[in-house]
Amino acid sequence: MFLKRRISREAVIPSSSLADIAFLLLIFFLVTTTIDVDTGISLVMPPWIEDVEQVKVKSENIANILVDEEGNCLLDDQIVSIPMLKDIMKEKIKANDKLIISLKTVRATPYRIYIDVLDELKQAYNELRDEYSLSKFGKPLSQVTEAEMKEIRKAIPQRISLAEPEKVD
Amino acid sequence: MRFKKKRANPQQEIPTASMPDIIFMLLIFFMVTTVLREYDVLVKYELPEAVSVEKIENKRLLSYIWIGNDERIQIDDSILPVEEVMNVAYHKRLSNPNVIMSLHIDKGSRMGVVHDVQQQLRRADALRINYSALRKL
Repeated sequence: MFLKRRISREAVIPSSSLADIAFLLLIFFLVTTTIDVDTGISLVMPPWIEDVEQVKVKSENIANILVDEEGNCLLDDQIVSIPMLKDIMKEKIKANDKLIISLKTVRATPYRIYIDVLDELKQAYNELRDEYSLSKFGKPLSQVTEAEMKEIRKAIPQRISLAEPEKVD
Repeated sequence: MRFKKKRANPQQEIPTASMPDIIFMLLIFFMVTTVLREYDVLVKYELPEAVSVEKIENKRLLSYIWIGNDERIQIDDSILPVEEVMNVAYHKRLSNPNVIMSLHIDKGSRMGVVHDVQQQLRRADALRINYSALRKL
């Protein structure tokens, strides 16, 4: 007759190194995480329409900006320097709340200059919105709530139209 | 007569039993916030600078397009011809209707190629774009 001898084993998993393993993982994720945020100028383009019907806009409601390949900027047939564009456009938008800004480039315009012009326009709108927000809600644009932002957007809409670049040989 | 000073006998050890739990909590936070997808950018580009830049809060909505200084166009991990941009952007929009196309364009490139890409995006109905730019100080 055989009696089975049972060896009693201790069934405990050592957990003292648990913290160390967790630390290792933690350090891995700490190192690989990138918290840098992307910054940029946001736009919503108009939807693609196959046969574009010409919408007539009153000529006083449109501001034509044309930028050529050397960075010269033409605003309604007058040459203006790009850093001045912000103040001029602010006055124009204030005077006419239906104003559409049509931004046109030629195909050879450097992207950097296009961004400079777009930046000036955005700044003009932002400053106007900031003034509106200060007078209406008594706080700067950076502190308004979502609902207030909606109202500001409605009061001062951004009307930037990106026209097709002209071909220049 | 001797006065015996009563001394409190506090425990001198910091309990470490809950340390793994705290570490795990931190770990889970970082695991959740990490976006591991990184791209090999195959084109050379230098971003323009602008004052009125905005932060994009939701990185998961972003989809990147690079245009290098030699006017090559890269989406995800491959260089594409301009005509292909529409197809790729269309598929991106199908899988994520709120996609924001982030355009990383070299500041020296010409508007012609930028415009061609934009037209392709419009055809694909990916209308939300973001010209990536650095904050000018």
